[in-house]
Amino acid sequence: MLKKKNLTIRMKNFFKPIFIIFIVFILTAFFSFKVFSSENENKLLSTNWSFKGFTGKFDRASLQRGYQVYTEVCASCHSMKLLSYRNLGEEGGPEFSKDQVKAIASSFEVTDGPNNDGEMFTRPAKPSDNFVKPYQNVQEATVSNGGAYPPDMSVLVKARSSGADYIYSLLLGYDDPPSNIQLDDGVYYNTYMPGNKIMMPNPLSEDLIEYNDGTKATNEQMAKDVVTFLAWAAEPHLEARHRIGFKAIIYLIILTLLAYFSMKRLWSRIEPKV
Amino acid sequence: MSDHNYVPSSKLGKWFNDRLPLLSLSAHLREYPTPKNLNYWWTFGGILTFCLMAQIITGIVLAMHYVAHADLAFDSVEHIMRDVNYGWLIRYFHANGSSMFFLAVYIHIFRSIYYGSYKSPREVIWIIGMIIYFLMMMTAFMGYVLPWGQMSFWAATVITNLFSAVPFIGESITNWLWGGFAVDSPTLTRFYALHYLFPFLILGLVILHIWALHIPGNNNPIGIDVKKPSKDTVPFHPYIVIKDLFALLIFLILFAFFVFYAPNLLGHPDNYIEANPLVTPTHIVPEWYLLPFYAILRSVPDKLLGVIAMFASIFVLVILPWLDTSKIRSAVFRPMYRQFYWILIIDVFLLGYMGAMPAEGTYLLIARVATSYYFIHFLIILPILGRKEKTIPLPLSIAEPVLEDAEKKEFNN
Repeated sequence: MLKKKNLTIRMKNFFKPIFIIFIVFILTAFFSFKVFSSENENKLLSTNWSFKGFTGKFDRASLQRGYQVYTEVCASCHSMKLLSYRNLGEEGGPEFSKDQVKAIASSFEVTDGPNNDGEMFTRPAKPSDNFVKPYQNVQEATVSNGGAYPPDMSVLVKARSSGADYIYSLLLGYDDPPSNIQLDDGVYYNTYMPGNKIMMPNPLSEDLIEYNDGTKATNEQMAKDVVTFLAWAAEPHLEARHRIGFKAIIYLIILTLLAYFSMKRLWSRIEPKV
Repeated sequence: MSDHNYVPSSKLGKWFNDRLPLLSLSAHLREYPTPKNLNYWWTFGGILTFCLMAQIITGIVLAMHYVAHADLAFDSVEHIMRDVNYGWLIRYFHANGSSMFFLAVYIHIFRSIYYGSYKSPREVIWIIGMIIYFLMMMTAFMGYVLPWGQMSFWAATVITNLFSAVPFIGESITNWLWGGFAVDSPTLTRFYALHYLFPFLILGLVILHIWALHIPGNNNPIGIDVKKPSKDTVPFHPYIVIKDLFALLIFLILFAFFVFYAPNLLGHPDNYIEANPLVTPTHIVPEWYLLPFYAILRSVPDKLLGVIAMFASIFVLVILPWLDTSKIRSAVFRPMYRQFYWILIIDVFLLGYMGAMPAEGTYLLIARVATSYYFIHFLIILPILGRKEKTIPLPLSIAEPVLEDAEKKEFNN
């Protein structure tokens, strides 16, 4: 007996260093990761997004204002090719009325055809049409913007890590460059852009647009509204997802409890104590 | 097996069963004697079967709407997300389903490793399982390519380029895989075809896996052979069925959390940018479940040797039943093995973490140490440990330790 115990103790002494080495390794890795990440990233700005959390919904008024910011400011360079005008009236979105959607759509011109004479023609857009693009193609968009392609914004919020906060920060992150950085013409300094250099000039300024609902158009307000709009555009069924998810998880919890009690009941036949 | 003499009660049942003994099979599945001391780590087999079926069903629905063409794939996925009724739910279920599938398969594999389920007489079950795992990785990789985002495209490029490391014929192989001179539509279409095919191969292998399991019966946490049927076993139905169901439901709560509240957490944001052969992402990373292998691949300086090391890391698992020389199955009775087991777990996590980091400086060094340890564990420690280790004496039956505990309790009272 005694010999056996000694052996186990000796084994334990043997393995302790190995464990310690591994723990040191993990700590080093973790620590270096921390240093690595804190060097390269500024802490992103954030605001109280209505769509976060288990029951998060979009703020309808903010979505409608956000659409206004998009059409009046962003749409001159950024396309949203995956959206149609009808989406603006759908449940869970900005929920413009049917007439408003028709009015919005008809304010844009689209090319259709060919007609019976074999010719292309332009007509006012219908709700079923996709958002009209500012440029014909990527090449035209790139050359018109000094060689930087303004990305399509349909899924932009999902295409950046912590998308909503990132775009919000970027819109508010324009600043004068520090003295040690020289900027070329057409390049701007942005605190949150990776590498700090961005080809997009600061798109927002106080009272740049006049909101239809009378809200004061501060930079923060416009940034918040347009990001809310973009978040919806990237995830148009978010509200349904949150709603269904909440029910599904409650349903699963109840079912789990029922299964648990059935299991206890059944197994009590085998092991009365357990 | 006891069910060979099963006779259906109805005349029609008997008539049918004489011609195709499906009723005998069903009776066998119900009565299948299972050790009664199986813990919750044993419920992952059932969970995995659920995952496979869920992936196949959601996948078939997605296939009805998806278009496998370089110019259309990305938009067709977004069409599913936006315009198909509950398309977002089906796609998020399928995408997160792969992560949940791998989570479950890793628990299943490491349960096997802890309790020595791969040892005689269960080697064939283990090998079939490893083939399934390998096919799962290929299926998941090809599925990741289908949305044709930036990560899809570049993952496809990096992985297919691995074959160019083969001496002399490497380039021809890569071109053959691509169906051209770069990753493009032909690559996407064939990946789609194979992504549709492989799950059914997996399903077939799962049936073999279960068949092979039903010959010796389940291993158990104590790892001793169990007389079947006896007081150490319970019939599969209803005892194991209800337990598996309970565990599956808990698993589904986690699953639902990901699908409904964090559907993009496990994916990479770059995959929402359309594939662009002219722009390389800063860091090309695979999905989390392939990261340890990616770390092994990158930790070897030579490309060909890296590829060999990566495949070898899976191959050592296949031959594990012969590398582990210990006759004792369960780690419960192997105090030293138990320590090494946990070191291996830490090592694999470490590899996964290094796979996500850029391959440079300290990360690369740690990845190299972790890679070496991975092979040392399987190729050196396990064979030696089996011969040298002093194990704890095994109980004679499953009921014995339970009875002992009960006696002790009575004594204390």
